[in-house]
Amino acid sequence: MSFMTWIDERFPATKVWNEHLAQYYAPKNFNFWYFFGSLAMLVLVNQIVTGIWLAMSYKPDATLAFASVEYIMRDVNWGWLIRYLHSTGASAFFVVIYLHMFRGLMYGSYRKPRELLWIIGMIIYVVMMATAFMGYLLPWGQMSYWGAQVIINLFAAIPVIGEDLSIWIRGDFVISDATLNRFFALHFLLPFILAALVFVHIVALHKVGSNNPDGIEIKKGPKGNKWSDTAPADGIPFHPYYSVKDIAGVIGFLILFLAVVFFMPEMGGYFLEPPNFEPANPLKTPDHIAPVWYFTPFYAILRAVPSFAGTQVWGVIAMGAAIVVLFFLPWLDRSPVKSIRYKGPIFKGMIAMFVVVFIILGYLGMLAPTPMGTLMSQICTILYFVFFLAMPFYSKIDKTKPVPERVTK
Amino acid sequence: MSSQGVDLKKRRMLITATAGLGAVGAGFALVPFLSYWAPSARAKALGAPETVDISKLEPGAMMTAKWRGKVCWVVRRTEETLKWLKEDTANLADPDSEVPQQPEYCKNYHRSIKPEYLVAIGICTHLGCSPSYRPEIGPADLGEDWKGGFFCVCHGSRFDLSARVFQGLPAPTNLVIPKHKYLSDTVVIIGEDDGGAA
Repeated sequence: MSFMTWIDERFPATKVWNEHLAQYYAPKNFNFWYFFGSLAMLVLVNQIVTGIWLAMSYKPDATLAFASVEYIMRDVNWGWLIRYLHSTGASAFFVVIYLHMFRGLMYGSYRKPRELLWIIGMIIYVVMMATAFMGYLLPWGQMSYWGAQVIINLFAAIPVIGEDLSIWIRGDFVISDATLNRFFALHFLLPFILAALVFVHIVALHKVGSNNPDGIEIKKGPKGNKWSDTAPADGIPFHPYYSVKDIAGVIGFLILFLAVVFFMPEMGGYFLEPPNFEPANPLKTPDHIAPVWYFTPFYAILRAVPSFAGTQVWGVIAMGAAIVVLFFLPWLDRSPVKSIRYKGPIFKGMIAMFVVVFIILGYLGMLAPTPMGTLMSQICTILYFVFFLAMPFYSKIDKTKPVPERVTK
Repeated sequence: MSSQGVDLKKRRMLITATAGLGAVGAGFALVPFLSYWAPSARAKALGAPETVDISKLEPGAMMTAKWRGKVCWVVRRTEETLKWLKEDTANLADPDSEVPQQPEYCKNYHRSIKPEYLVAIGICTHLGCSPSYRPEIGPADLGEDWKGGFFCVCHGSRFDLSARVFQGLPAPTNLVIPKHKYLSDTVVIIGEDDGGAA
């Protein structure tokens, strides 16, 4: 009896390996957009490993936190590298996830039967944002402190319960040691929740199978390929074909990622903001508070909405809605085809507009408020919502191209 | 489970009752975990009222104090400023302080107990930045109409020297005036008035 047989009688190792890798048939026409899922997992692993290492030297205490980060940077062996891998990794995570989500948007990967897959992905995105936000408080710099102040006060804008809710989140009347300590605990916990959610995401993916740039269901097409008579003809085994392809993606990613880590870890103030090199001071607000780049599109939406009826909750609602609307994407798209390759000019125009609007919002969210900037944010906010809320109409009337029977190159 | 000779209705009732009671128990078990997040006894004690000596404050000057970790301003206003505050209210969002952002005894044009002194929490009602004190008249960046006040650099909200917000800005309401009272002519206590501590 072989060793693997002994194992397989007690644990389905070979079965799992085959079902999810060696005999998991993915469409053969994946392009480079399909790198970003595996890259996201790589970055998550990087964040967990470097994060645990940082936690070995970091002190979650308002009087010690800032100095402990500088201690890691200057005195701990290779501490600067671990810290820059973590801080750059946070931004890289959002770059990769935004591209991963955009891939889904282009190829209609959220359409039936992948609605739940998309929703699980959206939950991952929201948990990721919470994790990043809490992590940003930990260095206890000026931007850590005041950024958290602004975001926690979003909760205070909720009528009636808001004030008590924000005190409950902070554990104090202001952001203090209590807040820092609990954010550290939660920032440590959430990545493991993320890892569990990624597992659920992949279970859901392997149930329905991957979409592809043509948006064709290979499971509905003809059967029989080189490896199996019952597998889809347009499928190839994930391992070794896509496992090896993903390694090529990893190499490309690491070249860019490590170039940032080694040569421009602050990324000109976009990845590590200048005010954060000054310890948190509750009595002095920095001249200009801007969140890290990955939150700025939503921050611009928040600022674009003026307060009225004595409350500024409307901006908070608009910002929340900008994220919530993404959850409903599977039901907003009524096009008869999935992929952008076969969609008509209206959808292509709208998706191009959406990309431009998202980037402009991200840019405006970094700037200090000006009347002109606010007006631009308002226009872009409206267009952001038009893209989603008008989708049931324009996706239906758009002129689509015929979808081929089999996947193309 | 064998269902022969079993009162299924009773079984379902028992299952529902057990699950229901379990949920209630889980709800009670949550209380300590949620309550743990509320401010501790120490945090509450540190939020006790703050005494401020204002004897050295010159007219037109501002000093800051800290109460519950929040910035508190004490501004000594000039006669001229008070005249403007009384008359120049056209562009204010809430000139008469209708929104309860202040104790009842500060619901007046100077939003304070003594017209000369303003005591306010220096945290913008928009998203909690601390506005800067800009007492100068008509500075280049704020425009010729500026008669002194507070400017929030984060999102551009403007307040007059009674901490009242101007119209059409991100901040929805006037700044908060904390409970306070004078222990003597030159000592003010923030966070407490004759009605007790905040």
